[in-house]
Amino acid sequence: MSANSSHAPAARTPAPKRRSASRPLVYILLSLGLLVMSAPFLWMGLSAFKTQSELSASPPVWIPTEWTLTNFRQLLDKLDLPLYFMNSVIVAVLVTVSNLVFCSMLGYALAKLNFVGRNKLFGLVLGALMVPGNLMLLPLFVLMSKLRLIDSYAGLVLPFAAGAFGVFLMRQFMQSIPDELLEAARMDGASEWYIFWRIVMPLVKPALATLSIFTFLGSWNNFVWPLIATNDPDKYTLPVALATFATDPNKAGGSNGMLMAGAFLVVLPVLVLFIALQRHFTQGIATAGLK
Amino acid sequence: MSTTTEKAAVRQDPPPRATASAGRKSRKQSMGVQNAAGWLFSTPFLVLFTVFMAFPILATLVMSFTDFGLRNVTRPWEADFIGFENYVKLFGDEKFLKSLFNTGYFVVVGVPLTIAIGLVTAVLLNNGIDRARTFFRVGFYAPVVTTIVAVAVVWRFVLDPSDGLIAGLFSEVGWTAPDFLGSETLAMPSLIVMAVWRNVGTVMVLFIAGLQAVPTEVREAAKLDGASVWQEFRGITVPLLRPTVLYATVITTIGYLNVFEEPFVMTQGGPSDSTLTVSLNMYREGFNFFHMGYASAMAYVLFVVIMGITVLQLRLLKDNTK
Repeated sequence: MSANSSHAPAARTPAPKRRSASRPLVYILLSLGLLVMSAPFLWMGLSAFKTQSELSASPPVWIPTEWTLTNFRQLLDKLDLPLYFMNSVIVAVLVTVSNLVFCSMLGYALAKLNFVGRNKLFGLVLGALMVPGNLMLLPLFVLMSKLRLIDSYAGLVLPFAAGAFGVFLMRQFMQSIPDELLEAARMDGASEWYIFWRIVMPLVKPALATLSIFTFLGSWNNFVWPLIATNDPDKYTLPVALATFATDPNKAGGSNGMLMAGAFLVVLPVLVLFIALQRHFTQGIATAGLK
Repeated sequence: MSTTTEKAAVRQDPPPRATASAGRKSRKQSMGVQNAAGWLFSTPFLVLFTVFMAFPILATLVMSFTDFGLRNVTRPWEADFIGFENYVKLFGDEKFLKSLFNTGYFVVVGVPLTIAIGLVTAVLLNNGIDRARTFFRVGFYAPVVTTIVAVAVVWRFVLDPSDGLIAGLFSEVGWTAPDFLGSETLAMPSLIVMAVWRNVGTVMVLFIAGLQAVPTEVREAAKLDGASVWQEFRGITVPLLRPTVLYATVITTIGYLNVFEEPFVMTQGGPSDSTLTVSLNMYREGFNFFHMGYASAMAYVLFVVIMGITVLQLRLLKDNTK
């Protein structure tokens, strides 16, 4: 910013030209920042393909001389990653679908239906947005034990099946749909369900896309609840399996190569998904203002 | 941020307009249909909300006044009420006080760093960079979306004193890297650096949205009046960004007060409890030792702290704008 202050403000010069003096500096600063931000990813990606001797070499080997898949092979021998991957996929898909349906339903009611208690219900949703998840963990565990849902997909999915964030997001988008359109359909005798499902839902596809991405990733990255709600390793999700592996010295045996291979396999799908859909992310945050 | 505008929007919403041809009776009918439909559409969410959120929140409160332990997982009704005993015990518990201090440390150092770096990045991205903006934005935001457990595993290796990335950089210039995560003084700062790295992207995106909402006419007018870039930043950008600063500060603080995964994976709370946070402490008391009544009291103390700090921040920063 201050790089420009020596520059005399020329009244008539258009803004872009006046700023051009600081542009190289801005690029240098941003590039340095980006290097720091991506360093852990680069380190992970490179280390996953190093041999054991290169991993512990001093001075360090930055780029592997011969790329090896040994770390991945060893890891897959010790850790049934495809199983955990499937568990994560199943849970994330179920959570996403149920959020899309249930949050849209309440979002529609709050945005477009005039009913007694609507404002109170909306207040409840806003309140639910602010409650930290830690406050529910202990009784949820007891409840799930009583329902015999520990180590089941239902136990992993149900507490996240409908979130306040989704309701808030869908309500925001549905409010922009003109009332006249819905009134016309009502005059033609359409049921509220028909209006919701056939008219409103197709109109809010971009919002549904944003909600899907955020919900899917939220579930994919979720850690605390799956850690509590699973005892049987066969029901672990990917993060729980990786954390259990990484924090147990007997399992990983201090092999950073295997751990980097594991982190690589967990992070890569998320990064690819993010880069492919990055527009939806930044828009979603800007409109809804949530992680 | 959006809370107040949303509430206002609800109140201003006109009742559904009945068309001229619709008589009084059909309007009434429509109201009845909408009433029924409104509640039917709300039912699935309300059922899930009641069972998996409202009930657990209340149950935590009740549990915090009992000696809820392992045997009560199968027989909850056998837990005994012990009044405020858990709460009294908490404030004489050195481990809890330490975890409270550690969490405070994490917030007090981590939040300003995250906000400042996020703001600087957003301002840089908003200044003359057009074609490369998406590229940099994606780069800075990438850590936010990645699985925190995997990322924590990577950071553990990055900070490894014998063969990590930092140790490598140190050895290139002939220094010896300290044992970051094994040192009582360096472990927490290391976790903070990682948290800042991970959360800067969220704050940056919020600030970019805020900066783009600053009307260009205002900036142009300031330039015509001969304002320097710094004056423009201080006089126009900063005041207009206040709501964004407030919002980013509040959500970052709430997130950091709940910090759990980083210490769980990277340090397990050590060395000597120097990275034991309230959330990690609560998890251990509740799920490793099954002192669930005691852990519930911890959860509520943390909740009250979070609410108190949020209200305080809203007050302080709102007063500043006046």
